[in-house]
Order: sequence, then structure tokens, then C-alpha cells
Amino acid sequence: MNKRQKKTLIRIIIAALLLVVIAVAEPYIEGTGPAYQAVPWAKTVLFVLYLIPYLVIGYDILKKAVKGIIHGQVMDENFLMAVATIGAMALGDYRESVAVMLFYQIGELFQSVAVGKSRRNIAALMDIRPDSANLVTTEDGKETVTSVDPGDVAPGSLIEVVPGEKIPIDGVVERGSSSIDTSALTGESVPRDIAAGDEVISGSINQSGVIYVRTTKAFGESTVSRILELVENASSQKSRSENFISKFARYYTPIVCISALVVAFIPPIVNVITGKDAMLAAFVYRALTFLVISCPCALVISIPLSFFAGIGGASRAGVLVKGSNYLEVLSKADTVILDKTGTLTRGVFEVVSIHKDDIGEDELLKYAAYAEQHSTHPISRSIVNAYGRDIDTSLITDVHEISGRGVEATVSGRKILAGNDKLMDDNGIEYTECPDGGTIVHIAIDGKYAGHIHIADVIKDSSAEAIRELRKMGVSRTIMLTGDSQEVAEKVAQNLAIDDYRAQLLPQDKVDAVESVLNDNSRGRGKVAFVGDGINDAPVLTRADVGIAMGALGSDAAIEAADVVLMDDDPIGIVKAIGIGRKCMRIVYENIWFAIGVKVICLILSALGIANMWVAIFADVGVMVIAVLNAIRTLHISRAGRLVTGHLQNQ
Amino acid sequence: MAKSYGIEVDCANCANKMEEAAKATAGVKDCTVNFMTLKMNVTFEDGADELGVMKEVRRNCKKVEDDCEVYI
Repeated sequence: MNKRQKKTLIRIIIAALLLVVIAVAEPYIEGTGPAYQAVPWAKTVLFVLYLIPYLVIGYDILKKAVKGIIHGQVMDENFLMAVATIGAMALGDYRESVAVMLFYQIGELFQSVAVGKSRRNIAALMDIRPDSANLVTTEDGKETVTSVDPGDVAPGSLIEVVPGEKIPIDGVVERGSSSIDTSALTGESVPRDIAAGDEVISGSINQSGVIYVRTTKAFGESTVSRILELVENASSQKSRSENFISKFARYYTPIVCISALVVAFIPPIVNVITGKDAMLAAFVYRALTFLVISCPCALVISIPLSFFAGIGGASRAGVLVKGSNYLEVLSKADTVILDKTGTLTRGVFEVVSIHKDDIGEDELLKYAAYAEQHSTHPISRSIVNAYGRDIDTSLITDVHEISGRGVEATVSGRKILAGNDKLMDDNGIEYTECPDGGTIVHIAIDGKYAGHIHIADVIKDSSAEAIRELRKMGVSRTIMLTGDSQEVAEKVAQNLAIDDYRAQLLPQDKVDAVESVLNDNSRGRGKVAFVGDGINDAPVLTRADVGIAMGALGSDAAIEAADVVLMDDDPIGIVKAIGIGRKCMRIVYENIWFAIGVKVICLILSALGIANMWVAIFADVGVMVIAVLNAIRTLHISRAGRLVTGHLQNQ
Repeated sequence: MAKSYGIEVDCANCANKMEEAAKATAGVKDCTVNFMTLKMNVTFEDGADELGVMKEVRRNCKKVEDDCEVYI
């Protein structure tokens, strides 16, 4: 509790004690017991006595109500409370008046403490900003370590990270090994083992050993800075429900005030006209109850709180959401479009099989690797990696890379052609089609066909599970987009049980593909989510109803364009993100219906004269407390998110 | 030119009200209030007197929510 909350608590205790004492003394003062004599001016004495706890507990509300009127914020909850309690005082219901104010303050204090607590929870979990970096400098072969501001460390510097410290800047481990905890970044609770040569991202916590990290980025470009920037700028986009509530509050309060006036004065006037007793006091009392019930606090406080907690809970689970409107859109996603490379597949090619004609498999791979040695194309790299042995570059001469075809090179005096069918056609070499389909590298030695190597992009372990989970959640359509060939796309789509795919797309075709899906979908209420790894798909990320970039912390364009950023590149994150959106919206709607429902029922009861001030207090404060507690549930998403992944790992 | 300021506010809706009030202040191009981190990110119009604008922002915020504070 902070200072202000403590002060309110003390005021609540004092006012409550005074209220009890005066309430006990009331019969003595009024002389209602048979043995007692009424005190002279009993009513006035009681009024003055009750005024003390009333002012102790309510002075700030009254002050705010007056200030609100001066500043043109007439119809807020302070105003409602002030009018209701002053009205009750005027009617002589002193005890009720003090009680309404007292319970209102208890409710406010409760929500303030609960909110403060959950905020600190999130803030602590997002506290990934490193305070300093241990810069290692070498002088005369002697290393010295100095603690400096992370912002002052240039890329390429060596830093020391001792166990228990956060890695301050992205880099590559140069010496030492350890395990690091990345849970603050990715929500993944299993520590990752690292050794020399491994990349580490800032914000992870070094757990066991001292490591020396060669920084690859400046602090400002490191993961930590990026995440903090994202988190601190989130929530500027308001969801439709939030806008609904603020509009609602704008019309709601005046309507309630007018209704209260109607309840207070129309029936007495009718009574007077029809010659009955006016019963003005009874109807004014009903109108005041009406005002207390109608206070919109439960809604105006709990709805933004749900979204705030939802975004906070999501960032704990490694899902950064840029605004509450995206939580809403995520919850409505019924079509998910996924990029293939880097999203569903690892984006790394691997040699799947080798089909030789009349030389050994090893030899075929060796010639291919030698020929491809100088190329940086991912396919070439995968062949070189598959070969895995040292390559004697002195044996390679006359290398020509033929764009869109392959490579031509002389290896140990033999002329090697390695490339696609077009390269073979160009050189008039007959080749055999690969029965597997997919990406094929044909190899010819000295003008004679030697065989081919089948290469494929490897599907991520959790892709199939993610697609299955999406379907289970009610995502009715999954579509895969890829620049790859028809055969490759078909195979991946079949493997993962994806509903539909579009192959051989250039980056600009992807935007068209997403647009056509958006048009198909425009009639329904479902939204279209696009998931990509942020490479080449920034325009598509912007175009979809909600753009999700995964593992995109390295790419500026993707962070800029995406609405939701997944911190790691596990496709299960898509399931988590949609699940979080759903849970958040479910809680928001629960609160809207619950609060409005209870209030409408109580309003009708009070207009009919059935509900008294005590029911009104429940309808106001009780509903607010329940709604706030419900809203805070949104925070505990991360655990659910982890459960999903844990459950998958067990299978 | 964008700057970040610490704020003190009790409820999420009040934070939203402050954001609107700050946005409506002359010299402020854009503003986001983050209730979670208790930060106000203000983007100023070109050539605006930041200190003067922020004092006005604080005044406007106090009008909509008496219990708030903006640390300039």
C-alpha cells in the first residue's frame, strides 16, 4: 500500500468506528427506547454527529465533484456519489448516507490496491533492463573488467557476464559455458545451455557459469531495448469495447440522472393531480438509490483493466501485443494465413536424400559440395553442410554461378555442373526426374549425368501441433503462402493438414493473396490473421486484420509493421496469442454483461421501491469489486500458455 | 521529438482520460499513456517548448483526474 492508500484506510477505519458508535447511541439521543428521554433538538444533534464521519470519509469525493463541475466533467462517479449522499442526508437518512460513502471508499481502496499489486507484478516480470555491463579491456595481455553503462559499449566489445546477471547486450559467447534463463523474453521456462560460439540475446539471465560475450549490436539495437520500447508504447490503440465503454459512460450518466429526476418528481406530481398524498420523500429516496446503483465504476474501471492485464500477461508469455484492439481482433480470428519459410519450416535447407546414377553417394555429394563451395545460396550452403568435411579449395577452379540455374565449376580437373533442370537442359544433358518432388540439385560430371540431391526445408517440430490446436480452437481456415514450387507447397500442406495453400508467390503476390482472403471474409465477422517471420512480408503484416511476426526481434521492419510480435519462433505462439485474446475478451464480456445485468435489475427494483440503499451499495461497490477481481484473472494467462506447451512436450 | 515522463495514476480508465487530455494539449502531436509502466510518452510538435507544453499537459490532466501526477 502506498501513502495515499494508507491514509484512505485510516479514514475508513475512523469513519467506520464513528458510524458504529453513533448508530449505537442513536436510540438514546432520539429517545426511542421506553425509558429514555429525547435529547432536545435530537434530529439536529444526530445530523451534526453523522456529519463528522461523513466528512472524514467523503471530503475528497465532494471536493472532486465540485472540481469536476468547474472543469466541465459534470457526470462522473464523484458527482453521482455526492448527489446521492447529500440527498440522503437531506431526507434524514444519515446512516445510509455515511454508509454509502464508506463502502464506496472501501471499494475504491480495494481496486486501487489490487490494481497496484498486479501492476507491480507485471512490471517486475518485465524488468529486464540491465543496469550495467562489465566491459573487458585488454592491456599488455592483461585483462581488466570495468563496470560501464550498457549504452557506452560499442559493438564488437568483449563483456563479462557473471552468474545471476542479465546479459546486457546481444552477442556471441566467446569463452565459457553456462545455462541461461530466457523466460522473461520468451516465456520458455526450461533454461538453455550455451557454450562458445552460441548466440545469446540480451535480457536472458546467466545462471551457472561466467561467460564472455562478444557483442554484435549496440545496446539501443539489442533485444532488451527493442522489447522495452514495444512494451512501453503498447496500448495506444484502443479496442472497440473500450471505446464502447467510454461512449457508453458519456450517454449513460446523463440518462441515469434524467431517469432519477423522473422517478423523484413525476409520480408525486401525478399523485398530487389525482388528489392522493404526494409521497415526495419516498420517491426522492428511490431516485437516490437509483443514482447509487447506476454508478458506472464497475465498467469504466474493469474494462481497461482487463486489457491492461491481458497485454501484461501476454508479454509474460512471450507475446507482445501492440494495443488492446489487437487482442480483440485476435480473439475473433477464424482464418489464419501462414507464411511457409521461417514460420512453419525452419528456413534452413537440409539434404533429404541422394539419388546416384553410377558413382557413390559420398562422391556425388563431395563433387556437389566442392562445386557449390563458393556460393552463398541457402541451397548451396545446405549441400556443403551435409558434406561436412573440409574442402580443399585449391582443387576448385573456374567457378561460374549461373543465376536461376546453378553452378559450373572445375574440380580436380573434372567439369562439374550442379543445378536445376534448366541447367541440364541448357547443356543438353538428359536427367531423371526425382520421384520425391521438391527442390532438386542435378549433378553432371564431364557432361554426363551423375545423379541428383533432394533438398527440403525442414518443418518445425511444433508446426503440425500448432495447426491442430488452431483447428481445435475453432479457426476454420488455415492457408499457407509460399514462394516455393507447387510440389513442395502441396507436400508441406498435406503433412501439416493445412486447408489451403498458394504456391510460387512473389512477395507482392502475397499481398494480393491476403487481400483476396480478406474480401472472401469481409461478409463474416471472423478476422484474418497473417503470421510471418518478418522477412519480406512487412506489407502483408500491415494488410491483414492482425499481423503476427514471429522471432522477429532482429528485424526493424517487422516490428514496425506487425501488430503482435512473438518473441520466439515457435508456431505454438500463434495458438497462445489467439488463446490470450479469447480469454481477455471473454472476461471483458463477462464483466459488461454481469455489471449491466445486475445494475438493470437493481434499477428496476429501486424504481419500484423494492430495493433500498443497502441493495444499491451492493450493486455499486460489490459489482465493482467482483468485476475488478475478474479482470485481474486476465493476468494469469502465461501459466495457461505454458500449460499448452508443456502438454505438447509430454506427448 | 518524443520524450517519456513518469506519471502517478490509480486506475486504468483515468490513465486513458489523461492520454486524451494530453493529446488535446497544444504542442502535443501524439501521446500514449502506459498504465502498466506508469509512463507517458509524448511526441511534441516541431519547435514546441517542451517544458511549457508539459506544464500545460499536467494542468489538463489534473482537470480530468484530480488524483494524478505528471513528473516533468
